[in-house]
Amino acid sequence: MLNKTKDKAETGFLASLKDSPSTDEFIKGLWRENPVFVQVLGMCPTLAVSNTAGNAMAMGLATTFVLLMSNMLVSSLRNFIPKQVRIASYILIIASFVTVTDYMIQAISVDLHKALGAFISLIVVNCLILGRAEAFASKNTIGKSFLDALGMGLGFTFALLCLGAVRELVGNGSLFGYALLPGSYQEWVVMILPAGGFFTLAIWLLLFNGFKAKSQKA
Amino acid sequence: MSEKNQSNTNTGANSMKMLQAMVGIGILCALMIVLAFEGTMPRIEQNKAEALEKAIFKVIPGMVAKKTFKLNADNTFVPVEGAEKDAQLVYAGYDEQGKLVGVAVEASGLGFADVLRVLYGYEPEKQQVVGFYVLESKETPGLGDKIEKDAAFLGNFSALDVALDEGGDALKNKPVTVKHGEKANPWEIDGITGATISSRAIGNIMGASTEYWMPLIHKNKAVFVQEKSEQ
Repeated sequence: MLNKTKDKAETGFLASLKDSPSTDEFIKGLWRENPVFVQVLGMCPTLAVSNTAGNAMAMGLATTFVLLMSNMLVSSLRNFIPKQVRIASYILIIASFVTVTDYMIQAISVDLHKALGAFISLIVVNCLILGRAEAFASKNTIGKSFLDALGMGLGFTFALLCLGAVRELVGNGSLFGYALLPGSYQEWVVMILPAGGFFTLAIWLLLFNGFKAKSQKA
Repeated sequence: MSEKNQSNTNTGANSMKMLQAMVGIGILCALMIVLAFEGTMPRIEQNKAEALEKAIFKVIPGMVAKKTFKLNADNTFVPVEGAEKDAQLVYAGYDEQGKLVGVAVEASGLGFADVLRVLYGYEPEKQQVVGFYVLESKETPGLGDKIEKDAAFLGNFSALDVALDEGGDALKNKPVTVKHGEKANPWEIDGITGATISSRAIGNIMGASTEYWMPLIHKNKAVFVQEKSEQ
């Protein structure tokens, strides 16, 4: 089901990048099968932690790290895990990496950990990660799984950054904490509030799908 | 008959395989978590100590120097250097002239999600809580976490009355959280609509902690003042 757009969207420079199958594993997560804009997975962190560009970046990178590690471990154990207990095993692996990430973020900065709060532990239930373990890593080699996870993770980070940058700029007049807009600018506070997440996501999805439809026609 | 036996052994072998996989992955994951925990612990403790240090200066207005005191079993305070594990510590703050401006106390209790750790500053002169900061909270983002962001709620702690009764052994009035908009007395904490449980938890934590610490600190006030002037 995830591959349904595969044949349609091969246009322009993207097609030229897709020479080898391994590049394709990487590129598809960034664009054609972008986890947020195309697969619409992992909406909880996407909407909740994209209120500032900094938070979005940290959340995206944390998710990417968990995705990378779990995809590689699942892939390397794929012949060892019986299919009856595979979901339990994947969740165990994912949860462990999330715990490791939680400690690492605490070690990096207490403030960052405070900002991301409860959402770090919620990476466990991000369906993107379990989805990639089940749909890709359990059937492919470690190298391919690595590229798949890297692409998907960076695609996720990219999408979160798209949302976070717009929301922070419009809602707070700044980007990554640096004030960009003049002081006379009246902030749209609603954009940093939860509702702003939905508005911004809707606009990005509109743009993304509009662009896709156009490039398919061409 | 033989077919039945065959399937029995198959299931047995399958179960064994499943068990092996689950136990194997369990051990692997446990090892990973323990390694990460041990590896990051010193750094995390250092970060937390730094955050606490910063918070102490936030909750006591006008303080420039800090001294840590430990509560002994006989209810007296002695100064300690650095952080001591498993000790009950309070932090005295002094202004430029070396005058005691406040004592910071850490308190914790159960919030809506997991344990809440807070720090508040007590001014012995006025017998008031003069500052408040949430050190650790996993409250629901957007709702419960208002206890650390809501300016009106934090305003409760700029002059929260914790005066002692005549005997000096107990609080005249224990701080308590009331419904939003119903604060009538200086010892009441105006709650937050939409964060009822979290703001009430803060009230409980503050009530229990001030009830315990305020008489102790008040009785030993001389210790905090003298220690600094001796230097």
